This record gives sequence, C-alpha cells and structure tokens, in this order.
Amino acid sequence: MAVESTGEASSLSQSRRLFAVLSDHRVLVSLVALALLPWLLPSKALAVNVLIYGVVVMGYNLLFGYTGLLSFGHAAFFGTGAYLTGIAIGRWGLPWFAAVPLAIAAGTALAVLIGAISTRTRGIYFSMVTLALAQLVYYVALQASSFTGGENGLRGFTVDRIDLLGLQINFLDPVNKYYVLMAFAALALWVQSRILNSPFGAVIEAIRENEQRARACGYDVERCKLIVFMLSGAISAIGGCMSALHLSIVPLDSLHYQTSGMIVMMVLLGGARSFFGPFIGAATFLILEDVVSLWTPHWQIVVGAIFVVFVLFLPKGIWGTLLDVLPFARERR
Amino acid sequence: MDLSLIIMQLFSGIALAAVLVITALGLTIVFGMLGVVNFAHGALFMIGAYAGLYLASLTGSFWWGLLLAPVLVGAFGMLIEFVLVRRLYGRSIDDPLLLTFGLSYILVEGVRIVFGSDGIPFPTPPQLIGVVDLGVGFFPKYRLFVIALVAVVLLVLWLMLERTRVGLIVRAGARDPQIMRVLGVDIGKVWLAIFGLGVGLAALGGVLAGPMRSVNPEMGTLVLAEAFVVTVIGGLGSIVGAVVAGLMVGICISMVALFAPEMATIVMFALMAAVLLVRPQGLFGLKGRA
Amino acid sequence: MPVYETKSRPAGLSRRKAMMAMSAGVAALAMPRLGRAADDTIRIGFPTPLTGPFAAEARDQVKCAELAVKLVNDKGGIGGRKVELLVRDDKLNAGEAATRTLELIEKDKVHAVVGALSSAVQLAVNEVTRARGVIYVSISQSDTINEVKDFSKFTFHEALNPHMTTAAVARQTLKKGMKVAHLVADYAYGHEMLRGFKRAQASIGAESVGEILHPFGAADYSTFMPRLMSMRPDVLCISNFGRDQANAIKQAVDFGIKQQMKIVVPVILHNQRLAVGADVFEGVVGGANYYWGLETQNKTAAEFNKAFRTANGGAIPTDYGAYGYSGVGSLLQAMQVAGGTDTEKVVAALEGLQYDLTKGPQHYRKCDHQSVQSVLVLESKKKSAMANENDLFAIVANDPGADEMLRSCSELGHAT
Repeated sequence: MAVESTGEASSLSQSRRLFAVLSDHRVLVSLVALALLPWLLPSKALAVNVLIYGVVVMGYNLLFGYTGLLSFGHAAFFGTGAYLTGIAIGRWGLPWFAAVPLAIAAGTALAVLIGAISTRTRGIYFSMVTLALAQLVYYVALQASSFTGGENGLRGFTVDRIDLLGLQINFLDPVNKYYVLMAFAALALWVQSRILNSPFGAVIEAIRENEQRARACGYDVERCKLIVFMLSGAISAIGGCMSALHLSIVPLDSLHYQTSGMIVMMVLLGGARSFFGPFIGAATFLILEDVVSLWTPHWQIVVGAIFVVFVLFLPKGIWGTLLDVLPFARERR
Repeated sequence: MDLSLIIMQLFSGIALAAVLVITALGLTIVFGMLGVVNFAHGALFMIGAYAGLYLASLTGSFWWGLLLAPVLVGAFGMLIEFVLVRRLYGRSIDDPLLLTFGLSYILVEGVRIVFGSDGIPFPTPPQLIGVVDLGVGFFPKYRLFVIALVAVVLLVLWLMLERTRVGLIVRAGARDPQIMRVLGVDIGKVWLAIFGLGVGLAALGGVLAGPMRSVNPEMGTLVLAEAFVVTVIGGLGSIVGAVVAGLMVGICISMVALFAPEMATIVMFALMAAVLLVRPQGLFGLKGRA
Repeated sequence: MPVYETKSRPAGLSRRKAMMAMSAGVAALAMPRLGRAADDTIRIGFPTPLTGPFAAEARDQVKCAELAVKLVNDKGGIGGRKVELLVRDDKLNAGEAATRTLELIEKDKVHAVVGALSSAVQLAVNEVTRARGVIYVSISQSDTINEVKDFSKFTFHEALNPHMTTAAVARQTLKKGMKVAHLVADYAYGHEMLRGFKRAQASIGAESVGEILHPFGAADYSTFMPRLMSMRPDVLCISNFGRDQANAIKQAVDFGIKQQMKIVVPVILHNQRLAVGADVFEGVVGGANYYWGLETQNKTAAEFNKAFRTANGGAIPTDYGAYGYSGVGSLLQAMQVAGGTDTEKVVAALEGLQYDLTKGPQHYRKCDHQSVQSVLVLESKKKSAMANENDLFAIVANDPGADEMLRSCSELGHAT
C-alpha cells in the first residue's frame, strides 16, 4: 500500500515537473505543436486558418482573458491588418516584408483610436461601444470602395514567391506557405509571452481582479487599459496580415461584427486567460465548423448549442477545464 | 429643397424611429433591471415577425397575430430566462451576453430549419393598405398606424411604470437591486417578468416591421446593431433615453437620406461615436454605470 | 485511405468517420496523406452558398450541376473517365470561398472549379484559381470579371452581366422622351447596373430625372421614397439584388409608387418573387437568364426541363439553377472535345465551343471569356393571372445572343 502510494505520488510529482517544464517553454511547445498541425488536419488550408485565427484570438485574449475587457469589435484590427497588407502590396507596390510592418502599425494605430474612446467606458458599455465602432470601420471600408474594393473585396496582390536570403520560396505551395506564416505566429507568440511575463502583465491581471484596488495601488488604470488594447489590436493585426498573404484576397466580411463574434467564441471554447487556449479554441471551432458543415447546412445550430453549453457549464473552456481536472497541471501566467 | 419634402422625410423618420424605439426599449429595460445585455434580441425580433405571420395565417387575421405574437414570444423569453439566463446571475456580467450570443445562432438556424432560409411574404393587413394624403405628400397608412400604436404602447408603459406598484418595484430595482430584497419582493419573479416584457417588446417590433420589410431569418441582425446604437446613445437602462435616442436616430437617418442617401447607415454609428465622446454614459445614462 | 466520394451531398461518409476518429484522438498521427493520382476520375469543385440568404438558389445550382454530371456519366463519362462533383459550402463569404477553393485544389486535386453566386465570392475564387492555373467557370453576375484587371486566361464567365440585362430590360421598357429615376445600391454591382441602364437610356433617348444611392444591405427604403416621387418619373429603375430588391420594391409599393410609375429591375429572381409575393411584384419587369416557361417556345429549354423534372420529382429548374447546368455542362463538353483534362487543351476547347444546353446557342467570347447568350425579359404576373404556383412571369422578350450585346473588348482593356 505504502509503496504504491509513494509510487503514485512520485509519478504525480514527475508529471508536475514535466508540465512545469512544458509551460516554462510555452512558446517552444506551441511552435512544436503548430509545426505538426498541417500533418494532423485534413487540409493545409484548414491548418493555415488555425494558425491565423490562433494569433488573432491570442491577441484578443490579452484584452478579454487577462484584462477582463469583453471587446466585440476585434474584427476591426484583424481586418485592418489584412486590408493594409493587401493595399500596400497591390496598390503601392511595396514588397511583402515592408507591407506587413506597415499593416501592423496601421492596426495598432486604429487600436489606439478605438481604445481611446472605448476604454473611457466600463462593463457592458465597453462591449457595445467596441461593437459599434468596429461596425463604423466596416461601413467606411464598404463605402471607400476605390481604396478597399468595397463589397467585392480587395484583390490583385497575390504573393506567389518569397525571397529569403537569396532563397526563392514558392509561396503557392501549401506546405511552404504554412511554415512561412508560422514564423509570423512565432513572433506573435513570443511577444505575447513577453508581455505576460513582464510586470505589466501582472498589472493588467490586477485590473481584472479588482479595478478599484489596482487604482488604489497607484496604477493608472485608464492608461494600462489603453496600452493593453493597443497591444491586443497589434497582435490581432498580425493575424490579419497572415490572412491577406494566405488568401490573396481580403473579404469585406473580415471587418464584420460576426467575425468579432467568432473570435469571442473561439477564445471561450479554448479557454480564456490561458496561453494555449486561443490556439486550442481556434482549432476546435474551425474543425467543428468544417466537420459539421460537411454533414449539414445547419451547422450554426450545432456550433451555437456547443457554445451555449460551454458558457453554462465549462466557462473556462477546454484548456482551462483540463487544467482544473488534471492534478499535475498548473499553468503559470 | 422644398418644405413639403422635409416634412415627408420627418414622417418617414418617425415611422422608422417607432420600430427602433420599441426594439431598443426592450433591450434597455432588461439591462436596467437585470444587468443583462440580450444579444439574442435581434433574433427574437425576427421570431416575433415569424410568429406574427404564422399566427395571422392560422387565425386568418393580422390583428390576432399582432396581439398574440408578443405574448407568446414573451412567454418564450421567460422560458429562456428561467432555464438559461438564471443560472448565470452572480457570475461575470459578460456571461449572459455570451450565452444569448450563442442562443441567437440557435434561434436563427432553428427558424431556417422550420421556415426555410428564403423568407416569406407578410402581407399588409387589408384595412391598412394604401396611402393617406398628408397635404404635403402621400404616406402609407400602415406606417401611420405603426407610429400611433407605438405611441400608445409607450403611454401604457409609462403609466405602468409611474402609476402602479409594479412600476415602483421596477424603478426601484433599476436603481438598486439590493433594495428589493430589503423590501421583501421576490426578485426572481420580477426578473422573469421583466425579461419576458423585454422579449415581448422585441417581438412586437418584429410583427410591426413584418409588413414593411421582407420577413427572413437574417432580418434581426441589422436590427440588433441599430438597437444597440440607440440604447448606447440614450444611455443603457434609460427608458426616456431609448425613446429620445430612437427618435434622434430615425430622424437623423431620414434627413441624411435627403442630402447624402448612401451615408444613411454610417450616420447612425457616427452619431453614436460623437455622443460617446461628449458623454460616455449616453444622453440619459447614470454616470456610475458607464 | 479514405476515398472522398462526394456525389449527392457535400459530405463523404468516410471522410466524416475519419474526421471523428481523428478528433477523438484515435488516429492522431495517422491521417494518411497519400495522393489520389492513381484514380482517373475527373473531379470538379463546386463552391456555392448552401447556407445564407441564397440557400434556395444554391440548392438549385447543385441539383442542376449534378444533373449535368449524371447525364455525361450515363453516356460513359469523358473518354471512359467518370466525372465527380465536389460540392462545398462557400457560406456566401469570400474568405470561406477562397479557403474551400484552396482545399479543392490542394487536397482534392480538382481539375476545374465551377460555381459561386455572389460577385465577391466569384472574384475570390477567380483570384485563387488564376494564380494556380486552374480552370474556373463562374456562374455569378458581374461586369467586373470581364475587365482586364480581373481577367484570367483560365476563367470563363457563364452568367449574364449587368450590362447585358440592363440593356435588354431598357429596350422593352423605356421609350424616347420618358423620364427615368434610379434607386441604386451603393456598391460595385449596383454601380454596374446603373451604368448599364444609363447607357441604354441615352441610346434610346430617355431622360434621367435623378438617382439615389442607398447603403448596401439596407432594410428600410421609406426615407428615399418621398424624393423619388417628387422626381415624377415614368419609370423607376431599382438597381439592387436579392433582399435589397425585395425590400425596396415592397416599400415602393407601400408608398403607392406603382400607381405613378413603372418599376423595372435588371434581374428578377424566381425564388425572390416567391419569397415576397405576387401582389408586391405584380407588373415589375426584369431580366433573367432562364425561366422554365421558355419551354413553350424553345426546344432546348423543353428538353432541359424534362431532364430536370425526371431527376427531381417533377420540380422545375430556376434561373440560377440553369447556370449550374450550363456552367458544368459547357465545361464537360469542352473536356469531351479536348479528350481529357489537359488545362491548355480544355481552355482552347472552351474558347472554340458552340453549345446549346438550356435555351439556345451560346459561346464564350475570345477576349474576355464572357458567354454570349440570349437574355429574357420577364414581367411578374398578377395573382389572378397565374395558371399554377410556378406560373410567375410572362416572357416579354427573348433577345438572341450576339457579340454586340457586350461591351467591346477594347473598352474592357483587352488587346483586340
């Protein structure tokens, strides 16, 4: 008996140690998992979408999961990243490596603008204001069709090869495309991890736990909220750039509030306030949609029902629930 | 631009506002009392239109549809509150919003399964077909009826809130839910009734909009966004705010339609952004809430 | 190795099973990635919006495309090779359509793509197929795809375009000296229709008394009605599509506009007319690529209807359904001529093809690959004049196809 229980305890502590090592190297772990992804999913296009939405949702998680601000307008930053990438390549003739930083800068700038207005409000108000401002961006893109292509979407910027240190990569090849875009995801993962590990990461969690107390501790809550909104928008814009390079079009729908809603669903499915949650959520949602929509045109009822069940019974999402259930699993911030 | 045209636009704007006000009112009452933003409000608006149409064809009269649909859909709303939303009180304020967001997917797709995705014709009631000469131009009878009906509904709601015991409880509860416990009111029942009322108003908006627009599963999507804008401008939870902001938005849209018609949708969102810059809590919102 | 057979439904059972096994984590690493080069089936990808507001049109498109495939397979396929249709839901979303098209090309290794209903989806599919040298037959209406900027050597445009429909409708409804007002959806397709109407009205000698742009996807049009009435036109051209068209016409009728002027639209849809009702649409004139009632005056239409009725329990094919049939049908005929799926040969065969599948002779113009075809002008019947529930329209005109109907190659920017 005693021997057995010691054995159990030691295996538990071993698992705990292993898990601790894994979550210490969470960026690396994520990248290894992502590197395997295209070989596990039924199609490369689906894998790329997981990559893209994983990044977008990760940026969103910074705001919603860690800071507790439920934005319903993140499509605006995703879409701006995508549009600016396309416009810079197609209309201004810039190479992709110049277009991408420009697009991220544009997404960040928009995030500062929308953040400055919306972080003045709190609670439910914040959600509705972000929703309405993002819809404003949608309608502006619809009207400014000479610039954005309007309802027809933005076209004419296909990147078919990428020059990297003299190496010519055929970007139309799905495998090449996946691994090139994974480099963007790696950048985003690294940035996210750095933010969370910094003192600033602790502050935003303090704001989520108790805004009053954080203020009493001397933190400039409004300023912190604005900064986190900006960073969140910037990371989501990286996802937008990836989407533009992947699809070689920018659909107007990428700015629509239903895209924002999808981002919210993904983070909840995967697990808000966790490092791995966003990618798990994006993968779950996209695979679910892919599978169910092959099976019935009424896939939305299934997706909606699963989402409702998660809100009611599994509010921590897949990853958060796993962390609760598995005795050895404790994720660090 | 001649004056008669501007007066006609004013009437169009008020008719537009009527549906907006009724829909936004339902949203704002539920928020004021329960602190719940009902994301399924647009879907329930759409279900109201379908229910009205179905009941009208069942009974052979539009008027039964108009009367029964809000009641039945309101009862359905109470069921939603009782079975789903109730479980989330005490959790994060975002949770009911997320729940109703998921619910809206189920409702819209459910209607597609039952009634198809094409949309179905909703004929104008025969008594209200045709136009009335306003002296400055012709205006549809049905739209005048909608304006009048909404005015009556608003009056009844106002009397109910100001003159009855129920109204007292509701107003007290909107200020401070704690006080109701102290007063010994069964808060669960009040919340149930309020949620039902909110959903019933959405359904009423849907039935009224039915004969003006085509009835289809997606008709609630735009309405939800519009209702959000109106409630945010008016101040979440404020009944007066919803009415004033609804009229403002409706008239603003119709006046913009005269000068820059393609901007008619954008102007609504721009108006909201402008109001928020000056008053983040909305025109009639309580400061602490925003 | 699952074989992704997809015939009548978008879902292959074996794929579903494989997916479920995978999501359960059973076959986590074992998803076979072997190619399917060994089998010699001809695969045609077919993205269409099975979900969303045009689901009924999409279902008709699928039925008709399947019929075209079945008829070829019944006769032994193409050079002995069977044809397979891979239907995918594009959800009326350009991003989704691009993803599905990538999947069709990269994973399913399709030989060609046919489909799309909305202009945005069509242009997205076009962008993906153009970069990868895959043949695409588009069945969505648009002027944009004809222009040199979006031209792809591998893309053929089977659907009508606004330039053709507006010209045909205007010829039947406008007369010299008439006053015309326009209500236009403010997006590319709306502007294309407006341009078409204005050109036609200029050549006829009708006079424009005003135009109002409305936001795309608007639900309420009442705010535009007083101004339209104050313009006192003889004809109101409503240049929008689908739900927008239904709402705009319905509200125009509420304001009593039909007593003052005639309502004219570039495209009148079978299913939209059913969704809105006979009273609202009564007397509205619009263009169409196909109407089943053509069977009384056209032999091909009668044969197409008969084949469709046999395959679908007596139902009739609709306008967008017919596009599915002629889009897939013309591609398969070209493959017959080319003797297989070699892209260059099939493109050459499509350029030289004369086909007659639903309503009379058609061919793809060399410079922009636009299908030259007849245009129908229909007038919606009043309820009492309908012989049965499908008797929706009277055929006002049936303009035979001619190159002169199209904008010239040089105007579109193509080398002539």
